[in-house]
This record gives sequence, structure tokens and C-alpha cells, in this order.
Amino acid sequence: MSLTDIMNITLMQGFAGLSLFSVLLLMGLGLAIIFGQMGVINMAHGEFMTIGAYTIYMFSSLTETFLPGFASMYFPFAIVAAFCIAFVFGWFIEWALIRHLYKRPLDTLLATWGLSLAMQQTFRSTFGAREVSPTLPDWLLGSWAPAEGLDIPINGLFVLALTALVTGGVLLALYRSRWGLRVRATVANRPMANATGINTSRTDRLTFAIGCGIAGVAGAAFTTIGSTGPTSGSLYIVDAFLVVTFGGAGSLLGTVASAFGIAQTQSIAEFFMTGSMAKVLTLMMIVTILMLRPQGLFASKIRR
Amino acid sequence: MDSIKSWLARSGMGSVLILALIIIVVFPLTMDLFRLNLVGKYLTYAFVAVGLVMLWGYGGVLSLGQGVFFGLGGYMMAMFMKLEASDPETTKIQSTPGIPDFMDWNQITELPLWWEPFRHLPLALLAVLLIPTLLAFIISFAMFRRRVGGVYFAIITQAVCLILTVLIVGQQGYTGGVNGITDLKTILGWDTRTDEAKYILYFVNAGLLIASILLCRWIQLSKLGTLLLAMRDKEDRVRFSGYDVSMFKVFAFCLAAMLSAIGGAMFVLQVGFMSPSLVGIVPSIEMVIFAAVGGRMSLVGAVYGALLVNFGKTYFSESFPDLWLFLMAALFIGVVLAFPNGLAGLYESHVKPRLGKRKDKPAAGTDSTPSSDAPPATPLHSGAPHGGKPLARTALPDGVQGTSA
Repeated sequence: MSLTDIMNITLMQGFAGLSLFSVLLLMGLGLAIIFGQMGVINMAHGEFMTIGAYTIYMFSSLTETFLPGFASMYFPFAIVAAFCIAFVFGWFIEWALIRHLYKRPLDTLLATWGLSLAMQQTFRSTFGAREVSPTLPDWLLGSWAPAEGLDIPINGLFVLALTALVTGGVLLALYRSRWGLRVRATVANRPMANATGINTSRTDRLTFAIGCGIAGVAGAAFTTIGSTGPTSGSLYIVDAFLVVTFGGAGSLLGTVASAFGIAQTQSIAEFFMTGSMAKVLTLMMIVTILMLRPQGLFASKIRR
Repeated sequence: MDSIKSWLARSGMGSVLILALIIIVVFPLTMDLFRLNLVGKYLTYAFVAVGLVMLWGYGGVLSLGQGVFFGLGGYMMAMFMKLEASDPETTKIQSTPGIPDFMDWNQITELPLWWEPFRHLPLALLAVLLIPTLLAFIISFAMFRRRVGGVYFAIITQAVCLILTVLIVGQQGYTGGVNGITDLKTILGWDTRTDEAKYILYFVNAGLLIASILLCRWIQLSKLGTLLLAMRDKEDRVRFSGYDVSMFKVFAFCLAAMLSAIGGAMFVLQVGFMSPSLVGIVPSIEMVIFAAVGGRMSLVGAVYGALLVNFGKTYFSESFPDLWLFLMAALFIGVVLAFPNGLAGLYESHVKPRLGKRKDKPAAGTDSTPSSDAPPATPLHSGAPHGGKPLARTALPDGVQGTSA
């Protein structure tokens, strides 16, 4: 094996880690807003991702039937639609269910688990029990080969770029917009925020809906990597919660750092052992570190 | 005071007696063996639900990882039975006779060292009781010492669930993988699959369950039970009164884990297999709903909850498979929003008043300030705690019970 081969393997291995990082981060971002900022345990988060994934699938089949010429262009629009649909649904769920339970976090957990069951069954009745995948536009397929023997998959690059975009957007919105100011004020001190004239219940609803919308975008992005089934969402949920908890709930930068750490640990471990053992090892490390340092990597100043 | 005391003690025992009558006398007389075996299976889940009442209802700590302990208990029982079922005589067609068949399929040629203790029944039974409890102790000691509770604890227990499931599925050669451990036949030569054995196992299971409920009831009525309740509602006050709060929580978690492990072992004895599908996140959360439906404060209710939800599951998933998940969802949401105290709460608020003027019992000490984790402590759900509070009143420091003043 020559030196360039080793270089290439290292680079591709590194990219596999980056790819996993972007997936984990995208999963965790919506939850970092809902769980990290609001303290709501949304066990149906994975199902909001599935909403996004099915939106892409619907768009793909609709364009294929009615607008075949549009097939290379539909994807960006579908992502926006995924955000909007998940946003509206999240808005509704907050109004119908979550707002009654803010004072009882453990009960929220049970109620949203029930919600996730109902959503899974709805997906199964609507789209069938089989896994589906959308027809991806040509520019998302294949791989990019900047050098001999070096293959970087384009869908991985796409997810990475989208993750960077969404993360940047969330950071900007949270720290540079009026909404972000209101959210941070509500998190820091709810009665005071109320007293200064912030409508905290409206803020909560908007925050929850935005978190759900981001979950929808995450689900949309995952259609480029794998297929979607009614129960796909439940596969992500524990990972998503661990990413947010490990990073330190309430800290968005912590979420980014923990997604990076978890992804790199797992992809390096996968190089030496089977996938399932790598997963076990990574999870064990997370749990052990969380036992020793329950506040996560980056503790926020507010403890609930 | 003395007569009230004894009446309360009896009233607590009365519902246990009725339950015992139902599962030990009524069910075996009215059901055929197939149904009875099914009930026996559901009753093994009730062990978990009873443990959750102590942990969640009384301790205020929600664990989403009870499947881990149920599974560990079950797996260890199954390992013993599997070793007995794979003696060299019956497994002589394998390339390595004398080891479990799934090991042979995975090209393992000798029994791993950690399987060896499970050749002996006493060691296996000891492991069923101790290993899950030890694991629970390690997890909870590390967490509660650092005052981690509520939501974070629930997430960690869920992660432990995921770890164990991935480990079992991934290490197919040592654990049987997705299929689990199957083809279990005998304990010390006693065939567990005959009709007679099934009856005996059912009664052993029912007896153990009643014994567990009595044990938990005894704990509830003791000072320890009162302290658990006080801790759930106002943890800081208990801590300031000089109690070591974390060790009480560790105790509750270990108790729940041990009960779950007993349930798991009884499951294996009655059903005859163990698989990772009973360990994972989904079954663990379902076990929480058994306790929630029955009423998270009621030990007896937990058993009814487990029976009811499982009968519902069996009936609906056979007749209306599409509806079952919606019904389950409605159960989860309804039990949280509409009747947080479950069946026991409904009984206390709707049935009991009509049974006579039993309401004149002392309604003292009801905590009107709900903690963040617990549902509002309405008078109706506290049938059990009332039993404990007057008894322990003299023994407690004032700060613990004076919240309603």
C-alpha cells in the first residue's frame, strides 16, 4: 500500500466521520431548541423527521407524474415544504398537547410517546408499511473524485452543506433576532420575561414549531442517504437526545461539539470493530461521561 | 386513633386480598390453560409495573429502562435452561456437542467462561436477583449522587436500554442475537412444558407477585415509604432535615430493578424463550404505561393496568391491527391529560363515594403544591399514602409533612 492510498483512506474515513457528524447534528438541532431551550421532551421528534422525509417522497412522486421536466429542480422546494409542513404540525401539537404539560416534564414524555405511536400508524396507513425512497435528482447522485482513488459521495457533501446552513441559521436566529432574544429571555426567567411584555406562551409555540420544522428539514436531508419507513423516526430518537444531553442542554455550541465528538468516536471505532460494537462502545462512553459529568460538555448557566 | 390505624391498615390489605383472590382463585377456575398461561405472561409484566409504582409513583423517578432488568433476569434464567437443554447427548449432531445451538451456528467451539456459572441453578437464581440489582445500583448511585434526576435520568436509562439491545443483537454467537434464546425445556430435569408444570408455574408466579406487592406495601407503610413520598414532593426539605436523599432513590431503583428481574425470570419459565424484543426501548416504555394506566400510586392498580393493557393489546392487535396503535396513543395521552391517577384514581373518585360514606376518613396531610415531576396530589389519589402518613406522623420531623399548612 502506497502512501497516497493511506492518505486517501484517511481522508475518506475522515469524511465518513464528517458525514455522520452532519447527520447527528441535524437530528440534534431541532431537539436542542425544543429540549435544550424549552425543556420539553419531545419523544415524537423522530416522527417529525419522518414527516419531512415523506414530504420529499410526495414531492418526488408528484413531480414525476405531473411535471417530469421539473425533476432536477424539485429538491430545494421540497425541503422548504418539509420545513413548513413540520412547522405547522408542530404549531398545532404545541397548542393541542404540549402547552398543558409544561410543568410536568415526565408526563410530556409519555404523552409525546403516545403521539409518536399515533403518527407512526398514520404513516403506515397513508404510505404503506414498506420503506420508500424518492427519486433523487441527478446532481445528488454519484461521487466527487478530486484525485485518483479518492471518492467523496455527493449526497454526503449535500447533507454536510445543508447542516452548515441550518446550524448557521439557527445560531443567527437565536442570537441575532428578536425571536431569539425572546426565547432566551423566556428560558432565563419566565416571570420576568412576561413582565417585560414578552408573550411567553406565543414564544413557546413558535419555538416548538421551529424546532419541529428543523426536524422536518433533517428528515428531508436523510432521504438522500437512506429510505424512509413508518418507524424510521424511532431509530433516531435516542441518538438525538444523547447528542443534546451530552453537549449540555441549553448550549447550542455544546450540541455541535458533542455531535462531532460522537461521530468521530464512532467512525474511528468502526474502523477497528463491527458496526454494532462501535455503537455500543460509543454509547457506553457517552453514558459513562454523563454519569461523571451530568451537566454535559458545555453546561449552560441555567439549571432546571 | 388506634381503630383508625387498624382500619387503614386493613383497607390497604383489602384490595390486595381481592387481587389475590382474583388471580389465584378466579382466573384458574374460569380460564382454560392457554388463557391462563397468557395471564401468567401478563402477570410477569406486572412485576415491572409494581416496581415502577415504587420508583415513579413514590420515588418520583421515572425509569425508561426497566426492560433492561426484565431482560437481564430473563436472559440469565434462559441461559441456565439453555445449558440444560443442550447436553452433549441431545446436541450430538453439532460440530461441538454440549454447547447451545446458536453458538454452534456461529462457529464458537467452546462455552465462554461467563456462561459457566449458569450450569448451576442456585448460582443462576442468585445471578437473576443480584446482577440486575447491582447494575441498577451502579447506574443510580452515580446519577443520584450528582443530583441528576427527572428527565436526564430517563434519557440515560433509555440509552442503557439501547446499549443492551445493540449488544445482544450484535453478539449473536454469545447471546442468540435477534432470535434470542429459544427451545428451553427443563429445570433440573423437571419439564416446564407440561400442563401440570404450567399450572404450578402460574401459581408460583402469582404467589411471588402477591408477595412482592405485600413487601412494597410494607415499605410504603413504613417510615421509608413516607420519606420516599416526602422526597418526591419536596426533595430539598428532606435533605435539609438531615436525610441522605440520594440513597433513598438508589434503594427505590434497586428494588424496582430486582422486581423486574424476577418478572423476567418468571416470563422465561412460563413462556419458554427470551429475546431482545423484550429488552428494548419500546417494551420499556410500554411497561411504564401499565403502571400509569393502573394508577402510578397504586400497587394493586399496576397489576390491573398490566392485565388490562395486555388483554387490550392481544384483542385489538388480532381483530383491528390498525386501530391498536391509535388506541395505545390515546391511552398514553389520555392517562397523562385526563386521568393522571389511572384506574385507581378513577376508582377513588367515582366508585368509592358510591360504596358508602367512606369519605369521612381523615383527609390530612394532602400536599397541595405539586412538584415538577409528580401530578398534582389531589386527595383522591392518595388512598395509599394516607395509610402511611398518620402512622408515621409522630416519627417524622415537622418539615416533611408541613407543606399543606
